Amino acid sequence: MASKLTQSNRAGWLFAAPGVALMTLFIILPFFLAFAFSLTNQRLASPNPTEYVGFENYSDLLGLAIFTLEPERDEGGEVLRDDDGEIEYPRLRNFTRNNPDYPNLQGKREWFSWQSGENRTVILASDVVFMKALINTFTFVLFVAPIQAGFALCLALLINQKLRGINIFRTVFFMPVVVSIVVVSLLWQFIYSPGDGLLNNVLSGLTFGLWEPRDWLGNTATALPSIMAMSIWQGVGFHMVIWLSGLQTISPTLYEAAEIEGSNKWQTFRYVTWPGLRNTAVLILIVITMQAFALFAQIDVMTSGGPLDSTQVLVFQAVERGYGKQDISGGSTISVILFVIVLIISLIQRYLTRER
Amino acid sequence: MKLVKLLGGTAIIALAAGAASAQTELSLWYHGAGSANAEEALVNQLVDDFNASQSDWKVVIETFPQLAYNDAVGAAALANELPDILDVDGPVMPNWAWAGYMQPLGIDEAKFEGYLPGPIGRWDGEVFSVGLWDAAVALTTRKSTLDKYGIRVPSLDAPWSREEFDGALSAIAASGDFEYPLDLGMAWAGEWYPYAFSPLLQSFGGDIIDRSTYQTAEGILNGDAAIEFGEWWQGLFQSGYVPGTSQDAADRETGLVSGKYAMSWNGNWAALPVIEAFGDDALFLPAPDFGNGGVIGAASWQFGISATSENPEGARAFIEYMLDDKWFAAFSDGTGLIPTTASAATMTQNYAPGGPLEVFYGLSEAQALVRPVTPGYIVQAKVFEKALADIANGADVADTLDAAVDEINEDIQANQGYGH
Repeated sequence: MASKLTQSNRAGWLFAAPGVALMTLFIILPFFLAFAFSLTNQRLASPNPTEYVGFENYSDLLGLAIFTLEPERDEGGEVLRDDDGEIEYPRLRNFTRNNPDYPNLQGKREWFSWQSGENRTVILASDVVFMKALINTFTFVLFVAPIQAGFALCLALLINQKLRGINIFRTVFFMPVVVSIVVVSLLWQFIYSPGDGLLNNVLSGLTFGLWEPRDWLGNTATALPSIMAMSIWQGVGFHMVIWLSGLQTISPTLYEAAEIEGSNKWQTFRYVTWPGLRNTAVLILIVITMQAFALFAQIDVMTSGGPLDSTQVLVFQAVERGYGKQDISGGSTISVILFVIVLIISLIQRYLTRER
Repeated sequence: MKLVKLLGGTAIIALAAGAASAQTELSLWYHGAGSANAEEALVNQLVDDFNASQSDWKVVIETFPQLAYNDAVGAAALANELPDILDVDGPVMPNWAWAGYMQPLGIDEAKFEGYLPGPIGRWDGEVFSVGLWDAAVALTTRKSTLDKYGIRVPSLDAPWSREEFDGALSAIAASGDFEYPLDLGMAWAGEWYPYAFSPLLQSFGGDIIDRSTYQTAEGILNGDAAIEFGEWWQGLFQSGYVPGTSQDAADRETGLVSGKYAMSWNGNWAALPVIEAFGDDALFLPAPDFGNGGVIGAASWQFGISATSENPEGARAFIEYMLDDKWFAAFSDGTGLIPTTASAATMTQNYAPGGPLEVFYGLSEAQALVRPVTPGYIVQAKVFEKALADIANGADVADTLDAAVDEINEDIQANQGYGH
C-alpha cells in the first residue's frame, strides 16, 4: 500500500497536491488549532495573554449534577401544597446560587426533572443551552437523515424513467439545491409567518377556514419540525441526483433478466435495484448525517436558536460563542465535541454497512 | 514661443501630478452599504468635500453592509489591516478601544462643548470616537387614538406612570380595535433589544450590570427591581398586549401606520413616515416612568481612529472637518436622526423650533442614558437579548435572569475584569 502510494507516482501526487494543500490549510490545520484553543482561554480580541486552562472548557460545557428536591413542609411535617394541589418545592436558586453547602451545584441550572414520590429529582447542567443544542442536533439528524434519504430515493426512482420532458422534472426537483440556503431560509420565513403567512393561508383555504393560524417558528413545539421540513425540501434534490447516478450504474440486463423471471415491481426493487444501490446508500447516509450535524444557516436566519432554545444547535452555538461572544475557546470546544460525535457516528455507520 | 508653450504645458502636467501625489491616502471603513436613507450618500459627499477642501489628505472610503461590518473589523484587526478611520457603534467602542483596535482621538475636549452626551464615545477617561448624530426612541402613536380611549397625553415633565401605561394598554386592548395595543419591535433581533429595552429595566431600578465597578451583574440584573421588570415584561406578552419574538419584520415597519398597532416603541429614524401618514396627529411620547424616571438609550454610530493608523493626524483632520454644524444638520435632514448640537438643530428641517421631530431633541437631552460603557458590553448585550426573548416566550423570570447574571459574570472573570 505504502509503496504503491510513494513509488513512481509523482504525477498522482502532483495532481493531488492542490487539493491536499487547500484541505490542509483550511480544514486540517484549523481543526488542530481548534483543539489547541479548546484547552486555553483564547478570546477573539483581547489584550490579555492567552492561558492554558486544561479541560475547563469541556467541564463547563458537559458538567452535570443530580439533585433531589424535598418538598416544603409546615411545622407539623405536612407537605405544603399550592392552590391546585401541586406539591410546593423550595426554589432551586436557593441551592445553586452562593450556597456554601452545595458547592457542586454552584452556577448549574435545571435541565429537566421528574417526580418520584413526594420528591422531585432534578438533573442540573453547567450549560443548559449546550445540552439543549446537543439534543436538538441529534433530533434533527435522526429525523432528517432517513426522511431526506428516503424522499430523495423516491424522487430518483420517479425521474429515472424515459418520459417526455423528464428533464423539466429533474430541473424542478434540483432547483432548491442551487438557491442559496440563506435565500431559501428568508423565503420560508415568509411562508411560516404567523397569522397570515403563506402556509397558514393555504391550510386555511384547504380546510375552508377551519384551520387556526399557527406561529410556526414562534412555538417551541413546531419551530424545530418546521426547520426540518424546510431543510429536507432544500437538500433533497442533491441526494436525488446521487441516487440517480447510482440507479444508472445498475445494468439494464439485470432488469431484463428479472422481467423474464417474472418478478413484480416490488421484487425488482428489492432484489435488483436495492442491492445495486448499496454503495450509494452508504455514501448518502454518511453525507446526509454529516450535513445535518452542520445545520447552521437556517437557524441563524430564521430563529437564532429560539424560542426558548427549542432550535439551538451545536454549530450555531459554536459560532455564537466564538464570534458573537468573542469566546474562541468556547466555540472551539463545541467544534471539537461535534467532530468527535460525527467521527464516532461515521465509524459506527461504516462498521454496520461494511462488506461482509 | 513654441518652447514656452511646451514648457508651460509640462509645468501644468507636473503640477497636476504633484498635487495628486502630495495627497496621502487615508482609508475609511463605513458600515452603511445599501442603507435605506441618505446616510451613505452623505458620507460619500463628506469624503469628497474633505478631499477637495485641502491638499494633504485623500480619504478613500470602503463601504460594508452593516451585518458584516463588525466581523470585518475584527478580522482586519487580527490580520493587522485596519483602515485609518473607523466607523464604530457607540456601545461597541469600549471593546475596540480595550482590544487595541483604536486610539484616542486627540482632539481638544473644548471642541465637544454643547454636544449631546450620546455622540461622545469615552473610554478610560479619553474620547475615542465622536458622532455626527444621536438616535432616540419614543412611544409613537396618534393623538386621536389616545383621545378616543380617554388617555392622558404625557409630557417630559409628567410622563406616564406604570399604572397609567398599563391602564392605557388594557383600555386599548379591551376595545379590540387593534391587533395589538403596543409594538415593541421584537422582530428586530440584535442590538435593538439592549438599546430599546434595557432603559425600561433601568427605569424599574435595575440594569444590565453594576455601573459602579462593571465587575458584576449580581443583584442588579437579578435583583428585586429586575425581577419586577421581568414579571411585567412577561405580562405584556401573556396578556397579548404586544406581538412576540416571531413578529413579522414587515409588520414592524408598517404596523403602526396601517392600523395594526395603536402604539409603537420606535426610533426617530422611523419617525418621518409616521409624520407623513398622520401629520399633526402623530405623537412622540417620552418613556414611561416605572419608578426611577423615564429612560431611553443613547449613542449611535460614531467615527474614530484606528490604533494602527500611520497617519493619525490626517484621520484627526478628517474627523475635525466633519465636526461642524453644517454636517450635523445635513445628516439630520437626510436621515431624520438627531443632530449632535443644539445650534445645528436650529438649522435642520425637523429639529428646529416648531419642527416635527423637535420633541426628540428634548427626549435625548432629558432621558438618554448610554448603554454600559465597558468592553464586555458586546457579550452582555447578547446575554440580555436572549434573556428578554426567553422571558417573553414564557421562561421563568428569576431563573432566566440568574442564568444571565452567571454568564455575564463568568465572561467578566474570563476577561480579567475587562481593564476597569
